Amino acid sequence: MKENSQLAGQQSIESAELSDFRRGIIDWIKHNTPADPGFLLPQTFMEVGSEQVLDFLREWQHKVWSAGYLGMAWPKQYGGGGMPRLFQQIADEEMKRARVPICFNVIGLGWAGPLIIDTGTDFEKEAYLKGILSAEDIWCQGFSEPNHGSDLGSIQTRAERDGDEYVINGSKIWTTLGNYAKYMILLARTDAQAERRYNGLSFFLAPMGANGISTSPIQKLTGEYGFTETFFTDARIPASCIMGEEGHGWRIAMHTLQYERGAEAGAAGGVSILSIVMNDLLKMAQEVERDGQPLLQDPITRDNLVKFLIEEQALYLGERRVGIPALCRDYPNSLALSGKLRGTEFFRRMRQYALTLQGTPGALYVGDDQAVDGGFWQRAYLNNFSTTIGGGTSQVQANIVGEHVLGLPKD
Amino acid sequence: MIKRTANLEISFSDEQAMILDSAKDFCRDKSDITTVRSLLKSETGYKNDVWAEMIALGWTGLALPEQYGGSGMGVGATIPLVESMGRHLLCTPFITSTIASQAILRGGTEDQKSRWLPSIVEGAIAAMAMLDNEDWGATEIRCTLTPKDGGFVLEGKKLQVNDAAKADLFLVLASSNGAPTLVLVEATALPQGAISNNTLVDETKRASNVDFSGVTVKADAILAKGFEALHDVRLIGALLTATEATGTAAAALDTLVGYLTTRKQFGRLIGSYQALKHPTVDILLQMDSARTLIYHAATLINDASLNKDTEIACRMAKAQATDALLFAGDRSVQFHGGMGFTYDCDAMLYIRRAQWAQHQYGDAQHHRKLLAPLLLD
Ligand SMILES: Cc1cc2nc3c(=O)[nH]c(=O)nc-3n(C[C@H](O)[C@H](O)[C@H](O)COP(=O)(O)OP(=O)(O)OC[C@H]3O[C@@H](n4cnc5c(N)ncnc54)[C@H](O)[C@@H]3O)c2cc1C
Ligand SMILES: Cc1cc2nc3c(=O)[nH]c(=O)nc-3n(C[C@H](O)[C@H](O)[C@H](O)COP(=O)(O)OP(=O)(O)OC[C@H]3O[C@@H](n4cnc5c(N)ncnc54)[C@H](O)[C@@H]3O)c2cc1C
Repeated sequence: MKENSQLAGQQSIESAELSDFRRGIIDWIKHNTPADPGFLLPQTFMEVGSEQVLDFLREWQHKVWSAGYLGMAWPKQYGGGGMPRLFQQIADEEMKRARVPICFNVIGLGWAGPLIIDTGTDFEKEAYLKGILSAEDIWCQGFSEPNHGSDLGSIQTRAERDGDEYVINGSKIWTTLGNYAKYMILLARTDAQAERRYNGLSFFLAPMGANGISTSPIQKLTGEYGFTETFFTDARIPASCIMGEEGHGWRIAMHTLQYERGAEAGAAGGVSILSIVMNDLLKMAQEVERDGQPLLQDPITRDNLVKFLIEEQALYLGERRVGIPALCRDYPNSLALSGKLRGTEFFRRMRQYALTLQGTPGALYVGDDQAVDGGFWQRAYLNNFSTTIGGGTSQVQANIVGEHVLGLPKD
Repeated sequence: MIKRTANLEISFSDEQAMILDSAKDFCRDKSDITTVRSLLKSETGYKNDVWAEMIALGWTGLALPEQYGGSGMGVGATIPLVESMGRHLLCTPFITSTIASQAILRGGTEDQKSRWLPSIVEGAIAAMAMLDNEDWGATEIRCTLTPKDGGFVLEGKKLQVNDAAKADLFLVLASSNGAPTLVLVEATALPQGAISNNTLVDETKRASNVDFSGVTVKADAILAKGFEALHDVRLIGALLTATEATGTAAAALDTLVGYLTTRKQFGRLIGSYQALKHPTVDILLQMDSARTLIYHAATLINDASLNKDTEIACRMAKAQATDALLFAGDRSVQFHGGMGFTYDCDAMLYIRRAQWAQHQYGDAQHHRKLLAPLLLD
């Protein structure tokens, strides 16, 4: 959120330097976007389900980084570009517009990376940042467990200190990229006796290659793969993998979620989720007919589309407004804390409506040659739940907004 | 082929920020809820000394060019003022007069502007007399303007003219040979009994039916570019109503949150129940969207004739804001339980304002209908 807003303030005066830069990336995209590989590419970083897709995306991210269009605002000494964030924002805008493949190493690029830059030691920065950008080192996140998802503070996976190692036991679930990752940001319980359960948690940058860690892929709603259940059986990791101090894990995890939920800036950039906007829906609606008439002429359809357009406009404008503090004095953290809820729920409803608009072909799926746009919208709608559930469900987000913005009492 | 590139401009000047600060303080000080309630049954709905102070502060001239005694900041600068007024239910003829003065500014001859704008800056009250139909979307104008004795005569009654009883000047929408025209009519020209007050659902507001039948005017009372001004003024009216409504939605939210954080049932604060918490969050999100759209419209609007992007912004703002207030008022009553059903509960003020505001300058559906060709064709 913060990122877009900076753009808002500065965009109207886009200097010659920035315009040149923009032209440069447009040109680069034109000459470097890979041809259609002939297999289904993911719409989000949460659907990397085969080695084939992995290799393709890894190569692409490496290429974007090598060209200097990823991590532009990260420190130079760690593989970044050391430039103002605005350049990355422009690069992202253009990559989004051109619908280039995603930069899939999102847990590194978007969450672990910024966390390490903002709070990590020099050693951690040296060890991890460059590999995140180059896509050499894939990252995953071990927060959720089978019995504890929304209630993250109650997780049970144990990490016990033994000499200069920690011994991990337990299991994590919904681990995006778990089977391909080299590192995991891991939240585990180091003190089961702690008076407040949050104080018993610690945060690790854990190597997935350690003995005793195994993963088992889980098939998703769309039929694709992309996440795993991750098992720890007496898995030993070096004690130096702990981030911060023992017992400080909850605070670090919450900080990480700020990046994940878009409430705090710092991400390396790149497109992580294919953007599907109202213009795409309107394009589709233009081609659909009912009884020989374009659906776009139907008054009820028109009214529904206008409602969505108003909502979309408010959403995008809100991302700019959030950067103008004078316009956010009332409930100052409202826009930042509600961004995930607002955006993901809008896209869910919008995509669902797309299927309704298709009429009977709306019942078809990827693989049927009669499906509208190859089943793109069906897949997009189902995939959208990754955003309304992952990273804190919409209901939990609503609790957060109610309690932290409006000051309502806890449940 | 649709090629819609949305305009995403939004900005706020230091001057606007200063106006916002002083407006907030002013409206809070002058219009606490006891004062608002004490004015519900009053004749005009406002206190003369408060209105006089607003004039003295220069607010009536904020949107008007310096050559007419204003401060030349444009109508966008009134947005923070109007939002604060909505928030504290502070009613004066400010909004009514601001809209009408924009009609003169945009459609008047130099003579008409120099005759009227300086006096509006000094507090003369001007009101738009537009509706003679139940419907803001109606293309038919029933009120007519016909030549008579070297001048013109009006025939017809106008409905729900805001602040009519105190107005010094009316801008009457009339059909002249089928063409929409705006005509300046001084209150002194009205016959006895021409004004009959409405009983509004919103008791903070004042409006009347005004019968202009038989009123004669000279040619110099006809706005030179009335038709163009009409397009702009309808949108400005919608934007200012949206802004006031958004302020009121914020007030409804504040009141509701106050209750949810003090009332206990089953041994718990009722705000802890998600059945109340989540819809209350929805009010916040709806209200915030309205705010965003209003500030966007305020960024785009200037003294020039309103372009397509500005029209889209004003219509979106109105559609969003009055729906947001309808929702906020409705839930605010419900979540107060039995208290919410009483006249004493302030939710009463907000739910009533919501019903009034949606019908000023077109309801949400009206604006969405007019947005459709702008966005879809
Ligand atoms: C595609 C995808 C990718 C993911 N990737 C990762 C990952 O890489 N790493 C990781 O650690 N996790 C990941 N997750 C897990 C995700 O964070 C959890 O699914 C999420 O936090 C919800 O937890 P849960 O699944 O246990 O659901 P539960 O917490 O059991 O929730 C079930 C339902 O109850 C509701 N609910 C729960 N508590 C409350 C409450 N207090 N008030 C109101 N409603 C409530 C929820 O909204 C939900 O609708 C991923 C999830 C998805 C869908
Ligand atoms: C027109 C009218 C006539 C009435 N006539 C009579 C009468 O003749 N005799 C009589 O005895 N009573 C009468 N009542 C009272 C009526 O029964 C109560 O108003 C009603 O039970 C709600 O209680 P309350 O007003 O204390 O609201 P509260 O219980 O304080 O409720 C406030 C809000 O919190 C919500 N809320 C409360 N508890 C929960 C919960 N656990 N979960 C989720 N939400 C919750 C409610 O839905 C409400 O929105 C009348 C009420 C009205 C409006």
